[in-house]
Amino acid sequence: MKLSYEQVKHIAWLARLGLSEAEVEKFSLQLSNILENFDILKQIDTTNVPPATHSIPLQNVFREDEAAKSYPQSEVLANAPRQEESCFKVQPILE
Amino acid sequence: MDYETVIGLEVHAQLLTKSKMFCSCGTDYVSAPPNTHVCPICLGMPGVLPVINKKAVEYTVMTALALNCTIPKSTKFDRKNYCYPDLMKGYQISQYDAPIGRQGWLTISSNGSKKRINITRVHLEEDVSKLWHREDYSLIDVNRSGVPLMEIVSEPEISSPEEARDYLVMLHTILRYLGVSTCNMEEGSFRCDANVSIRPKGSSKLLAKVEVKNMNSFKAVYQAMEYESKRQRSVLEKGGELVQETRGWVDEKGITVSQRGKEYADDYRYFPEPDLPPLVFDKAWIEKIRAKLPELPEARKERFMAQYGLPLYDANILTGSRTLADYFESCLELMDKGKAKLIRNWLLGDFSRLLNATNTDIETTQVSPEHLVEMLNLVDKGTISGPAAKAVFEEMFYSGKRASAIVTEKKLSQISDATKVREMVKKVIANNAKAVSDYKSGKQQALTFITGQVMRTTRGRANPSLVKEILIQELGGKKIA
Ligand SMILES: [Zn+2]
Repeated sequence: MKLSYEQVKHIAWLARLGLSEAEVEKFSLQLSNILENFDILKQIDTTNVPPATHSIPLQNVFREDEAAKSYPQSEVLANAPRQEESCFKVQPILE
Repeated sequence: MDYETVIGLEVHAQLLTKSKMFCSCGTDYVSAPPNTHVCPICLGMPGVLPVINKKAVEYTVMTALALNCTIPKSTKFDRKNYCYPDLMKGYQISQYDAPIGRQGWLTISSNGSKKRINITRVHLEEDVSKLWHREDYSLIDVNRSGVPLMEIVSEPEISSPEEARDYLVMLHTILRYLGVSTCNMEEGSFRCDANVSIRPKGSSKLLAKVEVKNMNSFKAVYQAMEYESKRQRSVLEKGGELVQETRGWVDEKGITVSQRGKEYADDYRYFPEPDLPPLVFDKAWIEKIRAKLPELPEARKERFMAQYGLPLYDANILTGSRTLADYFESCLELMDKGKAKLIRNWLLGDFSRLLNATNTDIETTQVSPEHLVEMLNLVDKGTISGPAAKAVFEEMFYSGKRASAIVTEKKLSQISDATKVREMVKKVIANNAKAVSDYKSGKQQALTFITGQVMRTTRGRANPSLVKEILIQELGGKKIA
């Protein structure tokens, strides 16, 4: 199965990646290749195998509801390229 | 053509836990400075490991049970991917195809008739950051990000603005009874979005589905639903076409406006959250949670009517909040059960008036049920008069003192000494010649006025029936019933 030009453009847009025409073509082949490998996996008969969502046999891993100290504000904002009023400052967002 | 309105409601309620959903940052962020309740986990730093807050899961199970939902044997969390800066990670941890509760219902009573509204699902997720939009940039406060958030989705079975409001009020009341959320709409811990459509009466095909957001009160939901169902009808009547869109409610103007910019279909690419192992519910755990369920508002209302002979209206108000209903029943435990109506009168009368005037909640009042009952017993024994009781109660409310102490301190005990009362009556008659002659010429209201004057000179302490009796004697009239 080969991914269409539009499908690759859509995936790139979802990941906020700008791709050139040549790159779309290139990734279209690579992504298709990956999907083809899944097609091989699909040949395995899983009729009697329940679907699994996790690969590690763990369940019900909880923490008790106890609050602890958070990080100091200065440290929280330390990596922010831009900040204002103790908030992260980002490009305008249309509501 | 005749159209009918079809509404589905989606409620988000923050859970009343001490810590966040996947990290131990505190949830008491409402009045805290920005970005002070934050750690690498809720900040979405690479390489961190979220761990599920057990209480949040239990609260969600409890809610699902209260809403008559089916709880699966196992469930999981999923990543909902989307690009918006209210998410630091680029995805929200939510539940997609295996919600904690599904296929439930609750009952509403609109216009006197009961209706069951089915609930599609109850699931658990994390709240997102708060954004502040400025002229040409936006600011992000991550404090709210990661607070446990429960989503409750109704089936599109609500058919009027009244039903929408009643559904929300009932859901709000149930969550408050369960104690799983503060349900504070102003602070945003109880939020509601709606899907509204219209369709030709009797048809099963909905016209364009319109999502309405930004409704911050029960009243706003009611008004927005009313506005939207009228707007959609008028678009069609004018020959226009309805489009599927998201609209925001503008409270100041009382209208909804289209929110553009979302021209693409949602593509969340949900997949199981690999960092969180699945949840498995064994029967014992579920039953342990079920055992903690309190008597719910609807059942309690019906019991109040049957057990205490209260009318529907009173039972509705008294069971409207669990604390009020508990207060009412605590009083009755200390009194004769036949006094239900007396307690009701005080709770819904003077007590409610003072609570409203001071904007306090019955939970934090200084007057305990024991104190109220003590005061009522003083009235019963004739120690204080009915009118004095009002003054005593007000003093109790503001000072937190007990009725007996106030009566002694303020010399409020009832005057039932006939000689004393007669003396005062005579004085009032002498000073109110006009009212006396009015009464003698047949104006019955004049008697009420003179009685009031006697009560006033005694600051409400005189025994009212004794006053009336002596007054009539002194005025030379015959006893009136
Ligand atoms: Zn945190």
